Amino acid sequence: MRLLALAAALALSSGARADDSAKEIQRYRQMVAEGSPAELFELEGETLWKKPGGPKNVSLERCDLGEGPGVLKAAYAHLPRYFKDAERVMDLETRLVYCMTTLQGRSRADATARVFGTADRPSELELLSAYIAGQSRGVAIEPGMAHPKEKTSYELGRALFFHRVGPWDFSCASCHGEEGKRIRMQELPALHEAKYARPVIASWPAYRVSTSQFITLQWRMNDCYRQMRTPEPNFGSETTVALIHFLTATAQGETYHGPGNKR
Amino acid sequence: MAAGPMKMRANLGAGFTDVRVLMNHPMETGLRKDADGNLVPMHFIQSLTVKVNGRAVLDAQISQAVSRNPVFSFRLKGGTKGDKIEVGWLDNQGESNRIEADVA
Repeated sequence: MRLLALAAALALSSGARADDSAKEIQRYRQMVAEGSPAELFELEGETLWKKPGGPKNVSLERCDLGEGPGVLKAAYAHLPRYFKDAERVMDLETRLVYCMTTLQGRSRADATARVFGTADRPSELELLSAYIAGQSRGVAIEPGMAHPKEKTSYELGRALFFHRVGPWDFSCASCHGEEGKRIRMQELPALHEAKYARPVIASWPAYRVSTSQFITLQWRMNDCYRQMRTPEPNFGSETTVALIHFLTATAQGETYHGPGNKR
Repeated sequence: MAAGPMKMRANLGAGFTDVRVLMNHPMETGLRKDADGNLVPMHFIQSLTVKVNGRAVLDAQISQAVSRNPVFSFRLKGGTKGDKIEVGWLDNQGESNRIEADVA
């Protein structure tokens, strides 16, 4: 009898423990958010944005991110969008590479030689993304959806999200297509639904606490494809931009509050 | 990487001042190996000092146990708007950095 009671008590306490750990994770996230090192990346990004570079020795300050040359306010919240000069839909990082080649006169190979950094040495694009995304805080997320190429990009992203590929026959939806799934303690949001896409997209790019790195959406796409064991997608390819476009459009209307924090 | 940017906020409450400082620092323990298998030398913030209007109010000794890019937050008794708070750190390799902000 005593044993039974003990078993019952154990069962109860393990239920309570699951609750507690969810609460503790919530508390931890809040603490990280209050003192986010993402702000340090924003500061470094600002310095880099204003620093002359490339063969032409000019800064990126005249880069047109869609709101006009040099306008940063709200620029990130309105990406991806179609750019007439490049004749394609671009996300933030793709556009930055475009500006590095056109404004600074660098080669594409040079601008994309090191797109993903390390904890010791963040990449240029990571620092710039932190700074530029920070200039959209408080702005509603509204990616371009009017131009035919924007519609095509969105549709392509949507198709890719559900398209199963690679040796494991995985699609994005294999992990992110159903409610209530998780990997270890990490919840997997069903990203084709606005309810789940909104809080996620509103906080990317982000500082990742476990690796002390600043991570971007291009990195996320690249790494998800790595986890799916497909060949590595090209940086800023139509594929990755389309997926980012689809996810961002799904989160449309949410107020941007990043750069955020990931575990 | 060391002596990267710092950021600080000092907000006045009812009879106290809340200060939060962000620091950019690798905080290497000396136990980690790099990609080539070589030990990464110890590199961590050793001491942290806080001054209010030039007067030292806190002198903390910290070690490798603190994470990379640390955040420190603490509450000071009293304080008025415009008080100058200065936070500085010194690491085991002799590098240092400091930041100053007014209580808001």
